[in-house]
Amino acid sequence: MAENVVPRVRVPRDASAGESVSVRTLISHPMESGARRGSDGNLIPRSIINRFTCEFNGEMVIDVTIEPSVSTNPYFQFDAVVNETGTFAFTWYDDDGSVYTDTADITVA
Amino acid sequence: AAAFFGLPHIASAAQLDEAIAAFTGGSDMANDGITLIAPEIAENGNTVPIEVDAPGAAAIMLLAAGNPNADVCTFNFGPAAGSHLAATRIRLAGEQDVIAIARMPDGTFKQARQTVRVTIGGCGG
Repeated sequence: MAENVVPRVRVPRDASAGESVSVRTLISHPMESGARRGSDGNLIPRSIINRFTCEFNGEMVIDVTIEPSVSTNPYFQFDAVVNETGTFAFTWYDDDGSVYTDTADITVA
Repeated sequence: AAAFFGLPHIASAAQLDEAIAAFTGGSDMANDGITLIAPEIAENGNTVPIEVDAPGAAAIMLLAAGNPNADVCTFNFGPAAGSHLAATRIRLAGEQDVIAIARMPDGTFKQARQTVRVTIGGCGG
């Protein structure tokens, strides 16, 4: 079970209509790969974020399938096109069934 | 994988081919129209910055040819994507090729690969 999982996102506060804005996200998570051995010599069970999605006003921006080769504290940067004022919704899916969410508002002039 | 007890689990070429075939269905891949930005030398294999850009792509899959499991992640772009660029940080077990394969909306595929040298491996092997 991953503890102290904190999502962080960064999007511009405002933009002009039709602009492509850069979105950066990071979630603090150990991303235990399942390939490491603990001090007792046994494999530590895999526990990772296996999927990440970002939607803007209900429309999909990016949907990422994640394997253990993604680093601890998975970071993603991508672009989204914004045509109207609205809200980004971010969702991270954990192996243990937990779902973490965050949102960010953007004002489009 | 249990057969490799105690050894670092390195992906076999077969596992890499399987992962690619699962994505492309065995289609031919063009070598242009996709950009993969990775460092030539990564000091720390635990967190290697990778950026891919394939204009017009529907999805981009990232692979690490020399990791225990070659799959790294797959970016699926939705209608609100501003470009077909994505950046992340990945683990690399040692010196190896990083491969990016883009699936275009018309069903064709494009690939780019780059060798990354790694000073300290990042897979706990």
